[in-house]
Amino acid sequence: MWEYTEKVKEFFLHPKNAGEMEHPDAVGEVGSMLCGDALKLTLKVDRKTGKITDARFQTFGCASAIASSSVLTELIKGRTLDEALELTNQDIAEYLGGLPKEKMHCSVMGREALEAAIANYRGETRPVDREEKIICKCFEVSEEKIRRVALENSLSTVEEITNYTKAGGGCGSCIPAIEAILKDIWSVRPEREVPKTPRKMTNLQRIALIQDVIEKEIRPRLQSDGGDIELIDVDGKRVIVSLRAMCVACPMSEVTVKGIEEKLRELVSEDLVVEAA
Amino acid sequence: MKPIYLDNNATTSVAPEVFEEMRPYLQEFYGNPSSMHTFGGHLYRKIEEAREKVAALIGAAAEEIIFTSCGTESDNTALMSAVESYPAKRHVITTRVEHPAVLNFCKHLARKGYRVTFLPVDSLGRLDMDAFSRAIDDDTAVVSVMYANNETGAIFPIREMGEVLRERKILFHTDAVQAVGKIPIDTKTLPVDMLSLSGHKVHAPKGVGVLYVRKGTRFYPYLIGGHQERGRRAGTENVASLIALGKACELAGLALRGEVEYLGRLRDRLENALLQCCPDVRVNGDTEHRLPNTTNISFEYVEGEAILLRMDEYGICASSGSACTSGSLEPSHVLRTMGVPFTAIHGSIRFSLSRYTSEAEIDRVIEVMPGIVKELRNLSPYGKRKMASG
Repeated sequence: MWEYTEKVKEFFLHPKNAGEMEHPDAVGEVGSMLCGDALKLTLKVDRKTGKITDARFQTFGCASAIASSSVLTELIKGRTLDEALELTNQDIAEYLGGLPKEKMHCSVMGREALEAAIANYRGETRPVDREEKIICKCFEVSEEKIRRVALENSLSTVEEITNYTKAGGGCGSCIPAIEAILKDIWSVRPEREVPKTPRKMTNLQRIALIQDVIEKEIRPRLQSDGGDIELIDVDGKRVIVSLRAMCVACPMSEVTVKGIEEKLRELVSEDLVVEAA
Repeated sequence: MKPIYLDNNATTSVAPEVFEEMRPYLQEFYGNPSSMHTFGGHLYRKIEEAREKVAALIGAAAEEIIFTSCGTESDNTALMSAVESYPAKRHVITTRVEHPAVLNFCKHLARKGYRVTFLPVDSLGRLDMDAFSRAIDDDTAVVSVMYANNETGAIFPIREMGEVLRERKILFHTDAVQAVGKIPIDTKTLPVDMLSLSGHKVHAPKGVGVLYVRKGTRFYPYLIGGHQERGRRAGTENVASLIALGKACELAGLALRGEVEYLGRLRDRLENALLQCCPDVRVNGDTEHRLPNTTNISFEYVEGEAILLRMDEYGICASSGSACTSGSLEPSHVLRTMGVPFTAIHGSIRFSLSRYTSEAEIDRVIEVMPGIVKELRNLSPYGKRKMASG
């Protein structure tokens, strides 16, 4: 069973702004029944002020898809179109008190529908109408979407891409292509800048990033010296790790912990404190 | 609030009589049946009594019953034993709709270099018997086909297949986890060599299973160690659970005849009411050859997880083949193999009843389901559009 927050349950059981809208000024439709979830967002826009005066949704999907859609409509009402566009999928997830990582794609779908609706209002060609390269054929996910979501959410593994976009979650034949895209994205900039996201991270994202840095940056180095490390817990700014194998008996282990701290401060957040369990 | 539990193909409640029977063996009589002292040693006899009760339910002899830790262990043991016993044969036949305990073990064998045939099914989930006949050859070490499908309840022609295989002298295993205790099974006349069953599907606790191995069948143990189960399955006996399973099988045997009729009637009432409650509802799978307690129903244009969580608000428990409930993005492999349209798989709900399901509970489900489906369809961008056009 998924661990949904009370907020998700509330918005799923008693969704706000659900249903059809008569004569909407803008319509954004994303997803398909085939993929397992779809969202139709409709807006009323005040022509003079450019403000969204009403928003409604219709969603085919699971509890978190319905809750994400409902929250989206709540968050954009009263905003101007430009202000609404500043909304990210993380804002939706945060408003709900977080989503299970496998369900992050529900928040991404909300953000996409918003973009589509605003493009529709402005008479722009929707991005999906442009010719684009489909990477994941099972869920019809384009390279452009994978790139955008990866950058916006600092995603660096295929698993994360699957959680956020579903790409790679079907037959799996596109996984090498996703890997190539990720490699391409994250090797453009010098590596150490990568995880330094300008955006504020949610707790879950920070933990994921810490785990990632330990797996990719720190563990291989310790293992090459016959040691090993395990992430035990992240409690606010405190990162509790356990040194394993040769590290346990190593007289230099204190230095090692300091080194790990330095690396995590560099790549994740400057205020982290590393402690050995 | 007592839940309305219609998820008995997932697991069942421990019958009160079963719990009473096992309780002393969790508390007072904690001995090891292998011990020389009376305190432990006398448990050996209790286990043999349980073995006889299990055997009686499926028409077997006591020595044909091997206790295991679960249905999965029984399935794995059967397949492993078969390929170990016939090392020269490198071909295995199974179906595409097996439980993961068989399906993934066969995929494991394929990675080890075995040739594995995964038999297809038709749109009602019926096995392609021509494909079955064509697949058999002299290299076939074992055929493993489930007795009844856990998702749709569809029953496979095990007798017919067994007769073919007996003639060809090929080992035949059936995963009867969903069938035992729900329909009569008699190994005296059923031509199978091995059969798996699981305790927690028949109102015994979780953590106990059985592999039936017909006398004279070559056998190779999966767990190797002590002498327990006459050297065929090592590990100290789960005494209390074995005794519980014995009691559960005894109860199932007594209740079976009446239950088939009772559950079938209740299930049909639920099914018919739901089919009529709203448009665009369909039953998945073979309704002619089916377990009496199971129905798999698709509510199109709504998603299964959403339905389940709305049902949860009323304390109604069932399950779904939807992708969102599977822990991956993949919807049910059974319904996909049957070619059920994705739109229907996403909205599929399995109801599985037990002897403890009451008329009143079914009435309650019939009462609340239409509202749940209607509300979710109102939320869905497809529901209205489809209804307007059709």
